Amino acid sequence: MAVTEEAGATHAAGKSERSLRLAAWRRRSPPVLAAIAILLAWQLGVMLFGVPAYIAPTPLDVLGEFGREYKLLFDNLVPTALESLAGFFVGNLVAVLIAISFVHNKTAERAFYPLAVFVNTIPILAIAPILVLIFGNGFAPKVMIAALICFFPTLVNMVRGLESVSPQMLDLMRILSASKSEVFWKIRIQSSLPFLFAALKIATTTCVIGAIVGEWIGSNFGLGALILEATYNFRSPLLYATVFVASGLAVVLFASVTAIEKRLIRWKPPTAH
Amino acid sequence: MGATAVMEPEVVADSGSGALILDDVTVRFETDSGPVTALENISLAVEEGGFLTMLGPSGCGKSTLLRVVADLVAPTSGTVRVLGGSTEQARTDRAISFVFQDATLLPWRSAIDNVRLPLEVGRSAGGRVGPRTPEELLDLVGLAGREEALPHELSGGMRQRVAIARALVTQPRVLLMDEPFGALDEITRDKLNEELLRIWRETGTTILFVTHSIPEAAFLGKRVLVMSANPGRCRDLVDVPLAYPRRLRDRESIEFVKIAAHLRELLESC
Repeated sequence: MAVTEEAGATHAAGKSERSLRLAAWRRRSPPVLAAIAILLAWQLGVMLFGVPAYIAPTPLDVLGEFGREYKLLFDNLVPTALESLAGFFVGNLVAVLIAISFVHNKTAERAFYPLAVFVNTIPILAIAPILVLIFGNGFAPKVMIAALICFFPTLVNMVRGLESVSPQMLDLMRILSASKSEVFWKIRIQSSLPFLFAALKIATTTCVIGAIVGEWIGSNFGLGALILEATYNFRSPLLYATVFVASGLAVVLFASVTAIEKRLIRWKPPTAH
Repeated sequence: MGATAVMEPEVVADSGSGALILDDVTVRFETDSGPVTALENISLAVEEGGFLTMLGPSGCGKSTLLRVVADLVAPTSGTVRVLGGSTEQARTDRAISFVFQDATLLPWRSAIDNVRLPLEVGRSAGGRVGPRTPEELLDLVGLAGREEALPHELSGGMRQRVAIARALVTQPRVLLMDEPFGALDEITRDKLNEELLRIWRETGTTILFVTHSIPEAAFLGKRVLVMSANPGRCRDLVDVPLAYPRRLRDRESIEFVKIAAHLRELLESC
């Protein structure tokens, strides 16, 4: 009797474990299956229509290129990654500092906000050559372009975040005779974090774009330069491989920022109930 | 707004020990559609340790009255004395606490850290920890064991309990409550009503409580101030001669029903 009961229990536990695994697979499988399907369609499409490799390589061609040219890809990834990261830090730091000054000084906001909007309306492709002319061919212009492209979304979000404190909370702080700096450090900074991270996530992908655009203009290193070189030499598999590396870089940055956000923000913003 | 005959309640006799004295207070706001009179010629006194509930339709200036006492709004004319001094004095002395309709907790702070907030800010930060520690106050509002919970992990009623504990941590002599249970379901509201009376008796704090629930106003208050809207005026001041401690079932007594009916009549004739 006892034995059968125990066996039954084990059986049930095994079953529930299996169904848990099944549920996890059901959750994760759609994107994986979709990606496999697209790659398969791509491979078959190129083969079926006889597209030459220099116009569109197959996924297998691209994979082969990764194997052959991994050193070239890695050597060009390093400068681009450094430029992206430096641009990410500089652009976001400046944006956060300016947002803080805006919140403390409404005159500064009125004076400089339109200017920030104006700078943002200039296409990054138009600014890039100007910066290269001024700062030359080194790291500096690339970092600046990456920083510039991160700057605006973070500025807008950070200003909103710092001002997202409810009037009631400000009433409470007034009743407690809290100083402006206490309101800032105890309330505004924390309230702004969800807004800041929304902007930082955008910046993780745009900073890579900025660095690559910078490398397009008279540069002989980095993924951007490699993209141009591969294009001019009709080395399509290398071009595709480079593109995958560039997007891989953005994905790694995005995932890192998301992980930091999860650690830092364990609370949920109050929602209307 | 001309001077019309207003039924003004008599100023309570023992105003010498008044925790709160309003004398002919008027508050006007400038809005885009012209000036609005939120309060007109309000005179009122609340004795120390009293429990006054304020009842009236929306827009009768109940909340404005609390905000005047809390030094959040300056009266256009008239004077307000809190504990014998100015409202600003009372605020900087931490003699006043405010509980809002929304719990207004910091969502990233645990319950206990929210209760500690008043001890960390303001000029008297770090000083003046009352005889009750934040832990004891959470216990007082029935939240022992939930110290580390974040606000989103607590129910609406629990969040409001945290807000009450936070309001008590500075040992206020006057507690202003602006529809604190307005957003809660009736069962939770009833329970918190009973607990608020217990806390009031245990702490001896003077309480001003705004509500638009007739049973709540009658159940809690020693006296009920009925207000009329547009502009906000004192309509009548009704004594509630029920002995404390009051229990929820007292609301079924003939006396209570009579008082509630009287309050309803006053409100309807506004």
